[in-house]
Amino acid sequence: MSINKEQDFGTPASTSAQLVTLEIDGFKVTAPAGTSIMRAAASIGIDIPKLCATDSIEPFGSCRLCVVQIEGGRGMPASCTTPVSEGLKVVTQNQKLADVRRGIMELYISDHPLDCLTCSANGDCELQDMAGAVGLREVRYNPVETHLNAVKDESNPYFSFDPSKCIVCSRCVRACEETQGTFALTIDSRGFDSKVSPSQNQAFMDSECVSCGACVQACPTATLMEKSVIDNGQPEHAIITTCAYCGVGCSFRAEMKGEQVVRMAPHKDGKANHGHSCVKGRFAFGYATHKDRITKPMIRASIKDAWQEVSWEEAINHAASELKRIQAKYGKDSIGGITSSRCTNEEVYIMQKLIRAGFGNNNVDTCARVCHSPTGYGLKQTFGESSGTQDFDSVMKADVIMVIGANPTDGHPVFGSFMKKRLREGAKLIIVDPREIDLVRNSPHVHADFHLKLRPGTNVALINALAHVIVTEQLMDEAFVNERCDVFSFAKWETFIAQEHNSPEATESITGVAAADVRAAARLYATAGNSAIYYGLGVTEHSQGSTSVIGIANLAMATGNLGRVGVGVNPLRGQNNVQGSCDMGSFPHEFPGYRHVSDPATHQLFENAWQAELSSEPGLRIPNMFDAALDKSFMGLYCEGEDIAQSDPDIQHVHSALRSMECVIVQDLFLNETAKFAHVFFPGSSFLEKNGTFTNAERRISPVRKVMSPLAGYQDWEVTQKLANAMGYPMNYSHPSEIMAEIASLTPTFAGVSYEKIDQLGSIQWPCYDEASAGTPIMHEQSFMRDNGKGLFMLTEYVATHERTSRKFPLILTTGRILSQYNVGAQTRRTDNVAWHSEDRLEIHPHDAEDRGLKTGDWVGIQSRAGETVLRALISERVQPGVVYTTFHFPESGANVITTDNSDWATNCPEYKVTAVQVSKVSQHSEWQENYQAFTETQLDLLEQGINNG
Amino acid sequence: MKIERLIKMANDIGDFFNAESNKEIAAEGVTKHILRSWDPRMRRDIIAYCRQDGAGLSELVKTAISRLERV
Repeated sequence: MSINKEQDFGTPASTSAQLVTLEIDGFKVTAPAGTSIMRAAASIGIDIPKLCATDSIEPFGSCRLCVVQIEGGRGMPASCTTPVSEGLKVVTQNQKLADVRRGIMELYISDHPLDCLTCSANGDCELQDMAGAVGLREVRYNPVETHLNAVKDESNPYFSFDPSKCIVCSRCVRACEETQGTFALTIDSRGFDSKVSPSQNQAFMDSECVSCGACVQACPTATLMEKSVIDNGQPEHAIITTCAYCGVGCSFRAEMKGEQVVRMAPHKDGKANHGHSCVKGRFAFGYATHKDRITKPMIRASIKDAWQEVSWEEAINHAASELKRIQAKYGKDSIGGITSSRCTNEEVYIMQKLIRAGFGNNNVDTCARVCHSPTGYGLKQTFGESSGTQDFDSVMKADVIMVIGANPTDGHPVFGSFMKKRLREGAKLIIVDPREIDLVRNSPHVHADFHLKLRPGTNVALINALAHVIVTEQLMDEAFVNERCDVFSFAKWETFIAQEHNSPEATESITGVAAADVRAAARLYATAGNSAIYYGLGVTEHSQGSTSVIGIANLAMATGNLGRVGVGVNPLRGQNNVQGSCDMGSFPHEFPGYRHVSDPATHQLFENAWQAELSSEPGLRIPNMFDAALDKSFMGLYCEGEDIAQSDPDIQHVHSALRSMECVIVQDLFLNETAKFAHVFFPGSSFLEKNGTFTNAERRISPVRKVMSPLAGYQDWEVTQKLANAMGYPMNYSHPSEIMAEIASLTPTFAGVSYEKIDQLGSIQWPCYDEASAGTPIMHEQSFMRDNGKGLFMLTEYVATHERTSRKFPLILTTGRILSQYNVGAQTRRTDNVAWHSEDRLEIHPHDAEDRGLKTGDWVGIQSRAGETVLRALISERVQPGVVYTTFHFPESGANVITTDNSDWATNCPEYKVTAVQVSKVSQHSEWQENYQAFTETQLDLLEQGINNG
Repeated sequence: MKIERLIKMANDIGDFFNAESNKEIAAEGVTKHILRSWDPRMRRDIIAYCRQDGAGLSELVKTAISRLERV
């Protein structure tokens, strides 16, 4: 192993198909037209000195260190800004060039600290490297004024800004603009006074900086430096792995010192992120070694008892014995398990295998139940496959981007940056969201052409209205529909959608969106050329979540926006492995590859492969498990990586269900909320401690690689395997690659997937039908994946949610995420990301606040039909009158105390996004919060007693 | 299982398929959906409830559940 630095070609690659041939230092080189001389030279191993150029951003030509001479040309052009052309003869090294470069370096160094030996960039400093490359031996200047005493900005928890070391190359400024798209940095002032300035000469933490790290990555000196590198020194080896946060699934180089992660650097060749990152993936990995990690197995008889640390063998045997006892007492179907999108594919696969083959039932579900299960249903019904249709790169060819119920700059920040780049290039933007997300804001760089600010819970009415315009104004792609879709279903849908009650004028009173805006947005979507829809939980987490997904699919089919680059239907998956956990068969009605448990051929296939008698009946979904627990027919649960006691709706109901179970087994990094109700605790391993794969929102299967030993001794898949063996169902995998081989052998869409191929290609997008295939970036290019190959239109009648406002509950609460925190916060709350967001707040419109006498910072009680909690208020015009909003990253917030048991008709995905509430000023926490605090203190005491006794 | 919850779930399914004007096809859709996605104990409970009087269940859902018995 080595640090294996990634080559920097100096300027971005050209995508031109036209090739030109030139000569550099006497060597012939052929490169695509538009390539810089610098890059062409680098491609044949000739490194032209450079400082202001790096291949993640466009060339700037300011440092002049990369000057070259061209035969027959005048002067010394910068090789970074000079494109190749046919027959050029370029000289990169001669005495004249050497003198110029040495002179430039001399000037740079005359205003740079000479503390190389103690500098944090020592060993990774391009300025130092260039001084060596040009042969700088002396600095003749004795400047009367320098920047050497410039004051450091240490405000960001993750990196330091030391302007005394800045060479004003603008790489950070350009990275912030071009890569991240935030424009938080600028060069302030002129000449000698020029300096990098966050916003208006503010500290980084007070500026618009989103801490993505692109500036740090781009900095050629120690000016912008990770504090982890300052503290620990340069890493000595690097291992490529995949981020454990959102569904973008960024590829990272875990840069290591032994078993310590020094830095997570975004991997340039990562096909999902292309060398970019966000504050979570790049910096918020400290949770993996946080003091709260539990590293020893524990058991207890009751949740009133202290935990007892035991050996792995004892914990596994106890868990198996309890599960068997419960089955003997309550029946075979009385136990089950819940997997998580934070688990690897291999972990999910063997978990569902254990439940189906070892427990003998199909009571397995995954947290996708509470996020994207409607996507799985809706897209399977219409397109024939439960997945998005595009790769992320496809957005760069979109002419119109419609974002429905998603907040990419916060929830999927790296993809959000790609999207913003495309918008800066001129793509149009339609936002469908009750709240003003960042993309809506009018700015010189990005703004929405239409913000359809609908009332929460009315997605279907709005989508129908869009479709109505497309149908009645004859904006359909009839050739596509006739050739690619089921024409019988289309005819039925066309008649339905053309009915007056679906018109924008008729639905205006439902959605609150002006009919003229709906008509204009529909015309834009239908006629732009390439239109792409990106959607999130604002679509799925509704009582009509599946209907909305179907409606979106109908829209795309009707307009022919499928089957090519730049279009498509793209669910933005919340967690890193939502797609994978669903692919792996962790739904109670489907085997891996979305095949129903009652399908005779599939059933037989798995019975033969697993050597077990399998049930052909669907099992319990997560909310059904809770109901069955209270009904005493579901009494044992194995829950891996998921925190149902915080993340699921109507949380008091969930807690009651957990309390009524006789054995709850939790496998996790921390004593999470669910573990407080557990009887067995298996310490889990973080993504840094195990091997496996994650599948991101674009179906990309990427490697997760072990960079340190599991703190508790075992990788998670090994623990599940041990439990299977203790239950009497043998599993003998020696490496996750063997699990993937089994998945590939049993799942046609994964048939060509193997660890060897992932190592070779870096990642693979399924479907991948055979060994020769390199995967499928764009789906449904020739035909849909339904049995007859035709896309199916379905009727999508709008049905109002059961959740209604009333005089008692006049406001609608909707929920969402924020950039710096991640879902239940178990990871990010244990990092310095709390510097940005240390509590959940309730956003309320000024009018509603005024009616209630509220100001920002006041404690407010939020009452719903399900419960009551208290948060601090944040007055904001982002929400519309009548709507309030909160995030849900802190358990003490109790956001799910107030959400209800309403759920999607098809999948039981909870309706998190619509809860009728009343808000009023209060002076103390809610009763639930008081009880929660007391319960948590008790559970932490019981944990401490266990650790002290262990 | 708590019957109120099952009634609500069944009716929600019925509301989706009710968009279909041919009620035979609509009922078949509801039956198939429940059969393919509900655990047997949930099906047993809703069938038993429907046999009693099925109060609160929509007509479409009642038809669908009665067909469920025959599957």
